[in-house]
This record gives sequence, structure tokens and C-alpha cells, in this order.
Amino acid sequence: MTAVDMRPAPGATEKVITPPLNPRPSLKRRLAKSWRLYVLLAPPAIYTLVFLWGPLWGLQIAFKDFSVALGITGSPWAGLKYLEQFVTSFQFWTVIKNSVILNVYELIALFPLPIILALLLNAVRSSRFRKSVQLITYAPHFISTVVVVGIIIMLFSPDSGIVNQAIVALGGEAVDFLGVDMFRHTYVWSGAWQTLGYSAIIYLAALAGIDPELHEAAKVDGASIVRRIWHIDVPGIMPVMITLLILNMGSMLSVGFEKVLLMQNALNLSVSEVIDTYSYRVAFASSIPQYSYASAIGLFKSVIALGMLLLANWLARRVSNQSLF
Amino acid sequence: MFMVTTYILLVGFTLSVLYPLIFVLSASVSSGDALSSGEVRLWPVGFNGGAYQAILDSPQLVRGFLNSVLYTVGGATIGTGLTLLAGYAMSRDDLPFRRWVMFFFLIPTLFSAGIIPTYMIVNSLGLLDSVWAVLLPGAMNVFNMIITMTFYRMSVPKEMLEATQVDGATDFTFFFKIALPLSKPIIAVNLLFYGIAQWNSWFNALLYLSNADLFPLQLVLREILTQSEVNPADIGGNVAELLRRKELFDKLKYALIVVAMIPPMIAYPFVQKHFVKGALIGSLK
Repeated sequence: MTAVDMRPAPGATEKVITPPLNPRPSLKRRLAKSWRLYVLLAPPAIYTLVFLWGPLWGLQIAFKDFSVALGITGSPWAGLKYLEQFVTSFQFWTVIKNSVILNVYELIALFPLPIILALLLNAVRSSRFRKSVQLITYAPHFISTVVVVGIIIMLFSPDSGIVNQAIVALGGEAVDFLGVDMFRHTYVWSGAWQTLGYSAIIYLAALAGIDPELHEAAKVDGASIVRRIWHIDVPGIMPVMITLLILNMGSMLSVGFEKVLLMQNALNLSVSEVIDTYSYRVAFASSIPQYSYASAIGLFKSVIALGMLLLANWLARRVSNQSLF
Repeated sequence: MFMVTTYILLVGFTLSVLYPLIFVLSASVSSGDALSSGEVRLWPVGFNGGAYQAILDSPQLVRGFLNSVLYTVGGATIGTGLTLLAGYAMSRDDLPFRRWVMFFFLIPTLFSAGIIPTYMIVNSLGLLDSVWAVLLPGAMNVFNMIITMTFYRMSVPKEMLEATQVDGATDFTFFFKIALPLSKPIIAVNLLFYGIAQWNSWFNALLYLSNADLFPLQLVLREILTQSEVNPADIGGNVAELLRRKELFDKLKYALIVVAMIPPMIAYPFVQKHFVKGALIGSLK
């Protein structure tokens, strides 16, 4: 859909004078008037076509026996062979289990915390204190995943990290925070460190929208601050909470790939291998790159992720009348 | 009583966010001895800037830094350009087939093809192992486009467009002469957003680059971090030398972490306010 297709035939402008009798000339007139908008739209549209739609077209290799020599279109069709290979592979349930546990754990642990943070911040009177807390706690959001994982590796390293030095000094035993036992906790709680402050923003905005007179009236009636938070603030942000919970559920499988990949090592593979990293490994880290198989795994994930997003969106619309589509 | 608990919790949380950042900074400028013996707890012990000198002396690290600067400037420019064009055109209600164009942008964002097909497209365009492989895939973010579109809707009044159209101005004239000069805040937001994203990114580079001369700093940092400690075989099993190297290596890692995280840390307070607005629109994705 580039500007060239949309450009009206020469002379189309004359039609402007005749009043439109049916939708057709009206459309032509609109195109004649605004083809320049399509010219403006052309660069982003070409980008989207090549780098976003192109791969969608290339996804056909999930159903083909892809060979580099034959190319994407030339390779022979293989039907559902590779999807079947994934679903029946011995890795399948491990990978699914790891993805689900990691994401559900993250959702359950990290969903309530920004709400609590926002409620507490909102109760603070001093706006200077509030602003400083916000400025500092937003900061990790802007740090790269490599740096966050780097900080984890350095500070939590079993032999020389400050955390384990402290544990040993207190008479404990050094813990391998990236080992099989701790991997999930480290992943989720470092995520809390990085995203909590920033995730509280939306709740703070919702809290700012609550009528202060409700609080004044409750105060006159002698309600304590805890009661006011519970009976005014929490119900006030309930729709936002529900919407975000549902939307988070919808985007569950799509997050965290880069961080998991960075935190992965040969020792924790049994808990850290998720769908995305498995697909990546099959394609790029094995001796023979299996592009078709890897694409089929990616497609499997995209389909489930889209299904969950649509389901979540439908739920959000039913429950709180907010939705994306 | 409740307020006391609130303040304690908030201060506690803020300090726990701050602590690792300060520790990394302190560790990177402390003496190697103090670091390995665990004396560095919060503030630097035995101030020593050797690790930063080592970074400056390493051609690989300096090149990584310069590459990152180049990718950041390039990515910010390309991303912002595409976003402004799309955002403006999509903000116009009179754009024919607007709804369909919106689907055209949204569908591949909601249903992504995944890493491998994207890799094959980049490969078939002959972009592998070039600067463009880092800059182009993921150059534009649809949520930024939506934020930009909303900005134009709200801050460029329709009457202005109608008035200039009466004077015979085309959409080009209006966009370049009137809408763009009004877009300074949204341009700044986009530049910083794409700039920070590009500075922080490493995966495209890992996927598409094999020439180490093109690696951005984050990828170099990742390689150094995942390298297991200094190999004893390299220095003939000399224990004292090994320890010294390990101390220096640890310090170097800390210093690199600092270098890699400083630019976004400097940039973000300036646009914090706008990011917040963006987050509000974006979080209702």
C-alpha cells in the first residue's frame, strides 16, 4: 500500500466540481485531495511492509523443509511436520512448564506490589519526598537488560559477590543465585527491582483522579487513613487494576526473552529454557541450524500469545469496559 | 503510626533500588584489594580510577562505545522520522482508508513472526553484518506512533489546517511548515525514547553481526560478563598474578556497567514527565 497506488489519475481533480451522486466519486475526490498524506505515510509504510509483514510472509517456512539453497519460496512444503515435531519432542513439556511457571510467578508476585507502592506514595503529603522517591525508583526502568543481568552476576556471584560475602560473614552458606534452585526467584525479584517504580505510574494517575472531597468527608466522619485507603482509594483504582491484570495475563508469554537468555547458563538450563530461548537455540546455537523447526516453535508461541491477548481483551471489555480493540 | 510505617517502607524501597547502583559505582573506583576482600560496602575504598583508564586503553571497548553512540544517534533519527510521518498522517481524520492503514500497522505488532523469519528477511536483503541490521529491524515502534498521533490530534487544531488550506497550502506545506515546528515536545520524546532503546539494545547486534568491529557496547559488555573468570592457563598458573588479574577484571566489569548505564540515567530525568504520559497511553496497549 504505497503512495503510488493511491495517486489519482490525472484530471481527477476536475471531478471535484461535480457533486458526488454515489460514494465512488467522493472517494476519488478524497484521494485526489489527500494523496500527499500517503506520500508522507510511504516511508513508515514501506518499513512496516518490509520488516514486519515480510517476516510474516517468511513464516511459511514453518510449514516447509527450508533449505538455504532453495530459498523461502523454493523450498518444498512439509505440512505440519515441524509443529508436530515440537509438540511431540521430549523438550516440549519442560519448555512449556518453564515458560508458564516463570510468567505466572512473575505475574502473581509483581502485580500487587506497584499497587501497594502507589497507595503508599499517594498517602504521603510532602510532594518533594514523593517526587524524590519516584525519580529514584523509575531509574532502573531505563537501564538495559545487559546491565541489570550484569549487576546480578556481579553482586550475587557465589564466590566474590557482595551478597554472598555478607551471607558468609553472617554465618550462612554461599548461595548460587543463578543455580537451578534460585533462578526463578532471582529472575522475578530482579524484575521487581527494575520495574516496580515505573509500574506504579498508572495507579498514581488513577489515584490522582479520585475526588479529594471523598477523603475530606470521610475525615470529618472520623475515618482513619487506613480505612480511607481501603474504602476510597482501592475501589477508586479497581477498574484500572482489573484491566491491567487481564492485559498482563494477555501478554504473559511475550515478555522476558532477552533477560532469560542473558541469565541462562549450562547449569540452570533445566529451569531456564523457555519457548523463545529454545527456538533461538534450535536456530542459532546448534551445529546444524534448523530454521523451519525453529520457526514452527516461534509460530506456536505467537498463536498462543495472540489467543491469550484476544481472550484477555474480551475479558477486559466484559469486566471493566476497557479494551484495545 | 500508619504514616510512620509508610515512610519506613518507602524509604526502605528507595534505598534498595539505589543501593546496587551506588555499589557498582563505588566498586568501579575502589582499589582491587578492597573490592576482593569485601571492604567495599557502600562508598569507595582506596580510590583508584584504573578500571576507567583500562577501558580507555582498550581499542575494543572504545570502539564499542563509539558504535553505540552511532547506533543511538542513527536509531533515534530514523525512528523519530518514521514515527512523525506516520503519526501525523494517521492523525488526520480525512486520510482515506485510515482504519485499514491502522490495521496494517497494528497486525504485525500483535502477531509477530518471531526471530527466525525476521532474520531471514534481514539476511535476504543482504543487511547481515552491516550497520543497517542494527538500525532498521525494529526501527519504528507502533505505540510511539500512536502516542505521536494522539499528540497531533490534541495540539494541532483542525481550524489551523482549514485556514491554511483556504490559503492554498498543501498537506506537505502544512506538515513541514506548521505541524513540525509545533512538534518540538513530541520530537524530543521520540528522540529520547528511541535513543535510550537503541543504546540499551544488544539482541539485534548479537543476531545479525559477526564482525566484532561493529559491536555496540552492550554486546561487548555481555561478552565480557559471560566470560568466565580469567583463564589460569593464560598466565602460567601464577597464583598472585591470577588474583591481581581477577581483581582488575572484576573492577573492569563494574566500570563497564557504569559506562553502559550512565547515558540513559542522564537522559531520563529530562523526559521523565513525557515518559510518564507515554507510559499511561502505552500501558493501556
